Amino acid sequence: MTGRRLSEGGLIDRARPVGFTWQGRSLSGYAGDSLASALLANGVRVVGRSFKYHRPRGIFAAGVEEPNAILDVTVGATHDPNARATLVELREGMAARAISGWPSVGVDVFQALDLLHRFIPAGFYYKTFMPGWERFEPAIRQMAGLGTARITPDPRRFETRHAEVDVLVVGGGAAGLAAARAAVASNVSVMLVDENPVGPLQWSGGVIDGMPAADWAEEAVKGVAVLSRATAFAYQDHNTVAVMERRADAAEGWAADRLWSVKARQVVLATGAIERPLVFPLNDRPGVMLASAVHRYLAQYGVLVGAEVVIVANNDTAYGTAAALLAAGAKVTIADVRPDPGPVAALVAGARIYPASTVIGTGGPFGIIYADIGPVDATRSDQLTARVPCDIVATSGGWTPSVHLFSQSGGKLRWDDGASAFLPGAGRQSQHVAGALAGANDLASCLMSGHEAGRNAAAALREAGKRAPRLTVPRAEAAPVATPLRPYWFVPIAGARQWLDFQNDVTVADVGLAAAENFQSVEHLKRYTTLGMATDQGKTSNVNGLAVMAGLTGRGIGEAGTTTFRPPYAPVSLGALAGQRHGSLYAPLRQLPAHAEHRALFAEMREYGGWERPAFYPQFREDPPRTIAREAAMVRTEAGLFDGSSLGKIEVQGPDAAAFLNLMYYNEVANLKPGRLRYVLLLRESGIVLDDGVVARLAEDRYLLSPSSSHTAGVLAMLEQWHQTEYPAMQVSFHDVTAAWATFAVCGPRVGDILAKVETDISLATLPHMGIASGTIMGVPGRIARVSFTGERSYELSVPAGYGPALWRHLLAQGAAPYGIESLSVLRAEKGYILIGTDTDGLTLPEDLGMSGPLRAKKVDFVGRRSLATPDALRADRRQFVGLLPDDPGFVPAVGTHAAMMVDGVRRSLGWITTSAHSPATGRSICLGMIEGGRARIGQSVSLFDRGRVSRATICSPVFHDAAGDKLHG
Amino acid sequence: MLSIPCPFCGPRGEHEFQWGGEPVTRPVPASEVSDARWANYLYLRTNTKGRDRELWCHAGGCGQWFTMERDTMTHEVFESAQISLGRIGA
Repeated sequence: MTGRRLSEGGLIDRARPVGFTWQGRSLSGYAGDSLASALLANGVRVVGRSFKYHRPRGIFAAGVEEPNAILDVTVGATHDPNARATLVELREGMAARAISGWPSVGVDVFQALDLLHRFIPAGFYYKTFMPGWERFEPAIRQMAGLGTARITPDPRRFETRHAEVDVLVVGGGAAGLAAARAAVASNVSVMLVDENPVGPLQWSGGVIDGMPAADWAEEAVKGVAVLSRATAFAYQDHNTVAVMERRADAAEGWAADRLWSVKARQVVLATGAIERPLVFPLNDRPGVMLASAVHRYLAQYGVLVGAEVVIVANNDTAYGTAAALLAAGAKVTIADVRPDPGPVAALVAGARIYPASTVIGTGGPFGIIYADIGPVDATRSDQLTARVPCDIVATSGGWTPSVHLFSQSGGKLRWDDGASAFLPGAGRQSQHVAGALAGANDLASCLMSGHEAGRNAAAALREAGKRAPRLTVPRAEAAPVATPLRPYWFVPIAGARQWLDFQNDVTVADVGLAAAENFQSVEHLKRYTTLGMATDQGKTSNVNGLAVMAGLTGRGIGEAGTTTFRPPYAPVSLGALAGQRHGSLYAPLRQLPAHAEHRALFAEMREYGGWERPAFYPQFREDPPRTIAREAAMVRTEAGLFDGSSLGKIEVQGPDAAAFLNLMYYNEVANLKPGRLRYVLLLRESGIVLDDGVVARLAEDRYLLSPSSSHTAGVLAMLEQWHQTEYPAMQVSFHDVTAAWATFAVCGPRVGDILAKVETDISLATLPHMGIASGTIMGVPGRIARVSFTGERSYELSVPAGYGPALWRHLLAQGAAPYGIESLSVLRAEKGYILIGTDTDGLTLPEDLGMSGPLRAKKVDFVGRRSLATPDALRADRRQFVGLLPDDPGFVPAVGTHAAMMVDGVRRSLGWITTSAHSPATGRSICLGMIEGGRARIGQSVSLFDRGRVSRATICSPVFHDAAGDKLHG
Repeated sequence: MLSIPCPFCGPRGEHEFQWGGEPVTRPVPASEVSDARWANYLYLRTNTKGRDRELWCHAGGCGQWFTMERDTMTHEVFESAQISLGRIGA
C-alpha cells in the first residue's frame, strides 16, 4: 500500500498542516484530517496486530465500523487507550501508538501463533485452559489485549445534558437532512444528530434541487438544532435517545464529552447503511479495504490509498469508487461476481472487468503486492484467471442497513432477499425510518424517503384540521438502471483462511466448527466463535457470519435470524457516562453547621449515614483507642459535648397528628403529654425494627420526631406513603426540619456547671428526664431536651443552624470536652443502648430486643402489630439481644464473632457479637450480641470464634453501667 | 427512559419517580386476620405480565403518590390517577 495525498480535492485545509506522531515518528497531516486519513496519506500500512493470531492489520474502513485501527491516542492531558482512528480528528501534537504487537507492530514475537492457527480454532482457549483459567488468564490477556487505561485521574470535565424536542432526526446524510427540512417547515422543534464532524453531502458530490449537494445541505438545516460529532448510541423506552457528543476542541475546564438524553415526541431514524465486505482467501492483509472507504478517503480527505487497485464487488455501488479512482489517476481492475455488471460498466471506461469472478488469493509481506482473480466457483487456489499486481483490494459485498437503534427501540427486523439485508419491519415507538436504513439505494430515493419521514413526523404532531405547509420533494438525478446485487458469501476453496470478523479473528472455518459442534443458533454462534463480540460489534462481519451459518445449516438467513442489538451502538467513554457524578460529587456528604469548628479541633471526620461527622478529636500524638477511651472517660467523670445536629427532626402537625403517629409507632404516643419525650421503635409492616428514636410532643397537635441520622429520609417517606395511600383522610402533615437546627448534647456529672453559663429562659431545674421545653438560648429561639444516649445526665440544646458554630464555641469555652461518634458508641454500649442496623438486622423484632412492654400497654393497631403475633415471631428460640463478657477482660473480639455452645449434644453457633468495645467505665472488654434464646442463657458460658482464635465468654445482661439509671434522673 | 404522567405535575422523566408496586389492600381489623391471609398481604403479589395498575411516587417532584396503568412488558403507559380520600386498594 502506497497511500499518498493528492495535490487537490477533499475538505482538508492544505494551508494548515497538523503535526502528529505515529509510534514516536513525526508525521504531518492537515486540518480536516482524521487520524486514519493522515496515517494513510503518510503511507502507513500496518496499524496493529490481530487479537488472536497476531497477524498484521491495516486500516479497513473510514467510519465507526473500523475493526482494525484501534489505537492508543494522547493529546495533551487527554488519553484514549482504544480510540477508533477513523473517528479521531487529527490534532496538533497528537501522539498515536499501536496497542498490540511487541516489540512493535512490524515485528511481533507472537507472530508465531499464526503458524499454529490450525491448532487454535474457535473455542481453543476455553477448551484448553478451562481448568485453572485464573492462572493462564493474565498471560493470555497480555498477548491479546486492548489498550491500557492510565490509572491517573482523567483531568477532563464531562457533563450530562437533557433535551426535549418535537422531532429528533438521527443521521445527517441525504435522508436525514431531507427529513429535518420537511419537519422544520411545520414549525416544530427539530434536532439532528450525526456522528461525523461534517455530513457526507459535504464531500460526496452530486446536485440537489439544481445546486451543489453541499450547498443544499446548508439550506436544509436552517432552523434545525444540529449536533455534529454526536453518536446516538441507545434508543430507550418512550422515545428517549442517548447521544454522546465528542468535543475534542473543548478548552481546558469546559466539557469534553457530553452525554445527551434526548426525549423526542417523534424520532426519524436515518442511520444509513454500512458497507459489507466480500469474503475471500487471505482477505485480512493490510491493503484490503471497504470500497466505500477508499472512495471516502479520496473525496473527503484527498488521499489516494493506492496506485493500483483491485475492486471485488457483487453490486453497482463499487463502480462509483472505481470511477473516482480512475479520475484520480489510479489503475483499476474489477472482479465482479455477477455474470454481467450491466449499464454501470459504462462509468469505468479504462478499467479491466472480470465478470463472474472474485479474488481467490492475495500475496505479499505486510500488505498486498498482488491479487489472484478467479471464477466464483473456484475450489482450488490455483484456478486463477489472472494475477493482478496491486497495493489495494477494495471490496464491496452490498450494504448492511444500520438497524441497531431501530432494533433497540423494540422494532422487529425482516430479511429482504432483494436488498440481501435485514431491514426495519414493524416499529413499536413513535418513529419513522428513512434512507439507506429503509433500503433506499441512491440519492434520489434517499431524499424522497427522508422527505416523507419528516412530513409524517410533523403530521403526527399537528393539531387536527391544520394543514401541512407546501414543500416540494428535493430532487436529484436518478442513478442509471441498477443490476441487482448477487449474494456471494465466501469462496468455496477448502482450507483457505477467509476472515469474517477482523477484530476478533473469526474465520469461515470457525463458523464451520461451530456448526459441526451444534452451536447453530445465532446466539450460540456468536458466543462460541466471538463473532461480532469485539468493540466494533461486528458492524462489517455479522451478516456475513450469519449467512455462512445459514448456508452450512441449510436455512435461509431470515430463518437463522440475527443476534440482539443492544446499546451502545458504538463505544461510549466512561467519563461521559459518569458526567459530574464522581469524586466528591458522586454521593455528596452533608456537613454539620459547626463543621469548621470540628475541623479546627483536628477532629477525625468520617462518613456516617451520608453525613460527614467527627469520629473523635485526637490530641497530639494520641492513637484512636486512647482518644476514644479518654473522651468516654471525660463524659463519665466531667462533662462532654457532642454535635448531634444530624439526628433527624421531622415536625408532624395537624388535628390528627396524635392519632396518625399512634398508627405508625410501636409505642403509645397519643397519651404523651406536651413537653414530654418518649423513646420509640418504628416497625415495618413485617414487624421488623426499622428505626428507633425519640418522639417529642410540642403541643396537642404538634410533634417532633427524631429518627436516627441515616434513617430520617426513609422515615419521612414511610410516613408520607402510609398517610397518602392508607389514611389519606387524616389531617396531618410532615416536614423535615433537620437542616434548620443545630443540636448539641452536653452531658456528664458537671453538666450543671456548664449550663449555668448558658443564658436561657428555660428552667433546667424543673425539666425532668425525657422532658422538652422551648424558649431562648443566648438570646435566640431554641429548645432544650433532657434525653440521654450515654447514660449520663444530658441536655440537648437546639438553636437555628446559623447560630450552631457560636453556641458550639460557647459550650466549649465553658469546659465541655468534645467527643465523637466512636466514643459515643462505647458509651452507649456500656448502657446496652442499641444501634439499629448494627445490633439489629432484617430479622429483628421488638421482643428480640427485650422491648415487649409497650406492645402489652398499647390498645390500638399500628404498622407491624399483626406480624408480631405470627408463629415465627413467637418462636422461643429466636435470637435475643444480650451482653457478653469475655473471660479475658483485655480481649475485644471482632464484631461478627460467633458464639457457640453444646446444645442437645451438638456444639453449634447460637449467634454472634454485634458490638464490642473496651469499656473505660468498667475497665474491661464488653460485647453486645444476638444469641438464640439469649435471655434464658444469662450466666452460661460460650465459646467465641474470632478469626481462628477460640476463647470463652459469659452471657449477661446488656447493661454494663449504672443499671438502675440513677445518673439519668439525679 | 419512561415518561411518567404525574397527575399533579404532568409528564416527567422516570428518574424523578419511585415505584411502589401493586396497590394492596391492608386487611382490617388486622388482629382478626389469619396468619395465611396476613402473609399473602405482606408477601404475595400478582406480578402481572401486561397491563397493570401500579403505585408510583413523584419522589423527586411533588412527593405525591398516585396510581398508574402501565404495560409491564412493553412499558407503554396508559393513564395515571390521584388517590382519592378512600383507601387505596378499596
